[in-house]
Amino acid sequence: MLEMASILKVERKKRRQVMGIIAILATLVVLVLIISMNTGYIRLSPLAVIRTLFGGGTAKESLILFDLRLPRIIIAVLIGAALAVSGGVLQGISRNALADPGLLGINSGAGLMVVLFISFFSTHAAFSIFLLPFLALVGAGVTAALIYLLSYKKDEGILPTRMILVGVALTAVISSMMIILTLRLDPNDYKFVATWMAGSIWGSDWHFVSALLPWIIVLLPYIFVKARYLNALNLGDSIATGIGAAVEKERLKLLAASVGLAAASVSVSGGIGFVGLIGPHIARRLIGPNHKYLLPVAALCGSLLLVVADTLARWVLQPSEIPTGIVVAVIGAPYFLYLLAKSRA
Amino acid sequence: MSFTAEELLENDDQLKTHIQSRPLMGLTIIVGGLILLILLLGLSISVGAADIKLSTVWQAVFHYHANLTSDQIIRELRLPRSLASALVGACFAVAGAMMQGMSRNPLADSGLLGLNAGASFTLAICFAFFPSVSFILLMVYSFCGAGIGAGLVFGIGSLTRGGLTPVRLTMAGAAVSALLMALSEGIALYFDLSQDLAFWYAGGVAGTNWLQLKILFPVAGFGLVMAILLSKSITVLSLGEDVATGLGQRTRIIKIMCSIIVVLLAGSAVSVVGAITFVGLMIPHIARFLVGVDYRWIIPCSAVLGSLLMVLADIGARMINPPYETPIGALISLIGVPFFLYLARKRRRA
Repeated sequence: MLEMASILKVERKKRRQVMGIIAILATLVVLVLIISMNTGYIRLSPLAVIRTLFGGGTAKESLILFDLRLPRIIIAVLIGAALAVSGGVLQGISRNALADPGLLGINSGAGLMVVLFISFFSTHAAFSIFLLPFLALVGAGVTAALIYLLSYKKDEGILPTRMILVGVALTAVISSMMIILTLRLDPNDYKFVATWMAGSIWGSDWHFVSALLPWIIVLLPYIFVKARYLNALNLGDSIATGIGAAVEKERLKLLAASVGLAAASVSVSGGIGFVGLIGPHIARRLIGPNHKYLLPVAALCGSLLLVVADTLARWVLQPSEIPTGIVVAVIGAPYFLYLLAKSRA
Repeated sequence: MSFTAEELLENDDQLKTHIQSRPLMGLTIIVGGLILLILLLGLSISVGAADIKLSTVWQAVFHYHANLTSDQIIRELRLPRSLASALVGACFAVAGAMMQGMSRNPLADSGLLGLNAGASFTLAICFAFFPSVSFILLMVYSFCGAGIGAGLVFGIGSLTRGGLTPVRLTMAGAAVSALLMALSEGIALYFDLSQDLAFWYAGGVAGTNWLQLKILFPVAGFGLVMAILLSKSITVLSLGEDVATGLGQRTRIIKIMCSIIVVLLAGSAVSVVGAITFVGLMIPHIARFLVGVDYRWIIPCSAVLGSLLMVLADIGARMINPPYETPIGALISLIGVPFFLYLARKRRRA
């Protein structure tokens, strides 16, 4: 009895600690959101931002805030969370610390479609802004399905190691096709592709928010609920089977969910893959390996990182912009290295 | 190395029970591969924008006449290029094999030590700020860049409390690479250089000359010999740190030595031909599928297979769309991946 009580006590303490971290991260996200809303080519004071949010701003203020900044910021929040969770799931499934959504060929599949489209129609086609995300989504989905099919064997199912190797191989093929195609593009189109691949939130429009939101609303909670299976899978297939998890089935479901999240994000933001690699790792350093806590914290870390990066991307070289993906790596990598150097295990 | 003779004997018995290998297959690959390599080198010298007969190739290599154009083409353009591609292929493949054995991560390759990212970072800086730098100096700079990248990874990795574990090394490598790549992408986009940099990144052996080869050859030769000497220790290390320590290996020294060799091999290769890292990822896996998990066979087989693939890809790069060159990195994945996929599917559950 006594032991049980002490286990419960430890558990409760852990939960309190996690809640604390989540609260701190959430506060930070809100703070950064407000800062992000008042930075840009035209500055709005924090007071003006709050006034405008509640409907009391001038016509110009509400135009800037509601039509230009807010959709982009919301997209950054959503994508950051989606990519980080997707990466966390992939790292859990494959038990490989280097796994990120890019590994499943999602970035490269989407990129290939974009490059193909641009080499046939150029960037100037009027409909490209609406067609590109859709094409990117198709490319990402097809690539992920192809990787799954190629790594599936009838009597063994999917082995994580094989899946990763197949993913790497297929990604290499796709990237090499992209290289051949891109070297023939004219410099202007090439620049667009390079910016796209480096990752920039260019679909900043309420249409994109409403296209992205359903994916996130459905898939994020679904993954959070399934997090305990990730803990089981992390022990290895045989132990996971032994404690009663339907390994193959759960793995497929989780995989599909994480592909869905990553593909939806890539379609509006290009190749911001690094969030998916680093978000879960930061979370792991903060609260440990239990996926029940890890994934929500990773989502918050991802959002925070992407909003900060996107704000900096708009602000540093204004009025021109840096691709957000570059800023993510420039601020995310040193912080990650610091965490790595500090941690003991 | 760190073994005494008795320990070696004892270890050998233990190794045999742990490790399956197929020496016959390995020997076939090495001998057959080398013969094939020589044939391919001949072919590689004879094809190109100007077709040259194989007999002329023979003549030019062994009885050189300075006043024949074909002899000059062969001596000054084709020969260094073919030799460089063979050498570079071996370097990348062996470096990749060592990385995978050391870090026990199937995704590891020499790019993971920050080599490619470092080289492309210094290259981006050179292109942006010193556009008139000579070709040979560019090579030196990118080697330095590769060294700096690797230095950062190791430095940060060993700053940590508890020392440099494989997981930590890979994580530090991934983060440093991402950082340096992002910086060079930023520079490239800002100065409108991304397409130039992409050309370099796609890789190519077209411009290799004797001077580069003279620098590359001793470094690569030394690296390859050292890799083969270290291969037994890498096999032990690939069983896991605990097992290796238990078998009496001083893992720290072995890891440091291996890392230096990897930097030498991959750094010099990157600086000559650009970031063709997929060879380093793929070839060791192919070698492992074919000869088992003993690095004493994997490393020499990787060297042979790596050069074969590279020479083949280089021939393809010139043949597909003459007189233009197709990026060799792209061809390597297109040739190698189907084979790689086939082997990955054939392998049983370990």
